[in-house]
Amino acid sequence: MLKMKQVSKVFRTAMVETHALRDLDLQVREGEFVAVTGPSGSGKTTFLNIAGLLEELTSGEYLLDGVDIKSLNDHARSKLRNEKLGFVFQSFNLIPDLDLFDNVDVPLRYRGFSRGERKKRIEGALERVGLASRMRHDPAELSGGQQQRVAIARAIAGDPKLLLADEPTGNLDSQMAREVMQLLEDLNAQGTVVVIVTHDPEIAARAQRNVHIVDGVAADLERGPSLVRPTKSADQPAA
Amino acid sequence: MFSYYLDLALRSFKRNVALTVLMVLAIGFGVGASMTTLTVLRMLSADPIPQASGQLYYVQLEPRKARGDQTGEPPDQVTRFDAETLLRAAKGDRQAMMTGGNAAIEPQRPGLDPFFADARFTTTDFFAMFRVTFLAGGAWTADDDAKSGHVVVIARTLAEKLFGATDVVGKTVQLEGTPMRVVGVIDRFMPTPHFYDLTTGDYGQEEQAFIPFSTSRELKLDRSGSMDCWEDNDDGDNTGLNAHCVWIQYWVELDSASKAAAYKDYLVAYSAEQKKAGRYERAPNPKLRNVMEWLDYKEVVPNDARIQTWVALGFLLVCLINTVGLLLTKFLRRSSEIGVRRALGASKRSIFTQLLVEAGMIGVAGGLLGLGLAWLGLWAVRHQPTAYAELAQLDLPMLAGTFGLAVLSSLAAGLLPAWRGCQVTPALQLKSH
Repeated sequence: MLKMKQVSKVFRTAMVETHALRDLDLQVREGEFVAVTGPSGSGKTTFLNIAGLLEELTSGEYLLDGVDIKSLNDHARSKLRNEKLGFVFQSFNLIPDLDLFDNVDVPLRYRGFSRGERKKRIEGALERVGLASRMRHDPAELSGGQQQRVAIARAIAGDPKLLLADEPTGNLDSQMAREVMQLLEDLNAQGTVVVIVTHDPEIAARAQRNVHIVDGVAADLERGPSLVRPTKSADQPAA
Repeated sequence: MFSYYLDLALRSFKRNVALTVLMVLAIGFGVGASMTTLTVLRMLSADPIPQASGQLYYVQLEPRKARGDQTGEPPDQVTRFDAETLLRAAKGDRQAMMTGGNAAIEPQRPGLDPFFADARFTTTDFFAMFRVTFLAGGAWTADDDAKSGHVVVIARTLAEKLFGATDVVGKTVQLEGTPMRVVGVIDRFMPTPHFYDLTTGDYGQEEQAFIPFSTSRELKLDRSGSMDCWEDNDDGDNTGLNAHCVWIQYWVELDSASKAAAYKDYLVAYSAEQKKAGRYERAPNPKLRNVMEWLDYKEVVPNDARIQTWVALGFLLVCLINTVGLLLTKFLRRSSEIGVRRALGASKRSIFTQLLVEAGMIGVAGGLLGLGLAWLGLWAVRHQPTAYAELAQLDLPMLAGTFGLAVLSSLAAGLLPAWRGCQVTPALQLKSH
């Protein structure tokens, strides 16, 4: 599903060159639920942004569902992002002016679905997260947990193959966090690949597989910490 | 997607009403001021006879004494002697001599008092040359010109006033005590500006009666317009055949550039001949200008109208620069929303289009406001004591132009903000939201 080979990301300014990812190798297969962990500044979020086609890699190779993303222009990347990926963010990122229905509608609009198809998918997605009865409410009228469920509904309405979640429980209390994790696990059970970035060991423990990133280099903990490459630490953006 | 973008634009307007109103006001006032002055300028500088302006030429000759005016330009009008000589030579496809005037009309209709009507004393080709539309009858004949026929062509308004109808060919009009037979009734004829005779005002009234020039002299009808004499005339009659005065407008129709060149040569030869005969003192210096060249030469469009237009366009530019700033603020404040949309599948192009549609919507609203303001501005112009006040009307092309200018202006103002908006880096916005 996701295959990165020797992926590097360097942020350059006039004064500083920051290596956020260094020759990162990572493969996520169909059906997996992967937790990406690591200390702050290790490159977790940079990895997620590159995986989600929100940032370009500096070097290396990235295949998303078999498509080499390096050859794609902005339009094709956006199309691929819309069709294959779903995003869940720590701060939910719902659009405050739109009610739940219209928030979930956003990715479907760019997909070009008909009005009827969009309505069916929106209602179905909100049903799955248990908020179908509140689809004409504004985000501000919901609790944090409910808002994150709407974000999940928005992420899954287009039936993505890969769901990328960046600290999805970071702003939630433990009860709500458990509910959200249960939802993500259910989605994974139904066939959606889930990659979740977290620094919460409890959350990571619920994943089938953990990938640890330190100093921009990934190590698959299933295969043991010995694979972690010893690298010199560098200033990196907060993950 | 367009309807989706419209919907998003409306939501955006509701979200920040004050900013939206400011932008609509900026566009509306800029467009309103520009369209008011542009409308006036367009009316003043329009081609008054587009179907023939390139074929109608105004003739100027230099009959004055060697001393006096040395600007190098001949006088604006010609002498009666020159006009009648050129008319007899008939070197053009058509030609007409003319002057403005007025005539007392004594209506036969009960209850209608005698009144003066604006008149034009001219020759038969006038009507064909200036594409005058006849409702009934037609022009008088060359024979009427030669024999001072007591005939008249009248305007529709005069026909309706005198007879209550327009089909009045053959009826008689009492003009300065002389019965004149109506040979034609013309539709409204009021070219703007009044190009064929600028001496009676650039934007004059509609002339009511057209009388053969020769008849006007026989009846000694009052003429109007300027007259320039450089020597006393023996009999004291400045309008006599040999008077040393210029007071006649002379037009000739030439349907090709080669004919125009040949006619100019003819005028040079004529001037040389007149000098040789001792009538002219100066070297031949005839001028032959078509309608638009003549209007340019006479600077018919008032300078203040041009200046006002430039000032208004400058004002529009300032309004647009303000709108660019306001749009930039508006769009960049929505960076996080743009980031979310990008993450959810919107391409840069989609975001650019969405933001540009929003700018265009502001333009439509600004256009509506601008239209109202332009209408108000033109109303104010119509109440000014200027000769062209009545011309200040918003016609269909200017109405469409107002909307076009508003939408184009707002789109132009939206280009940079929309471009900056679509360049928002989603990764940064999503994390910082």
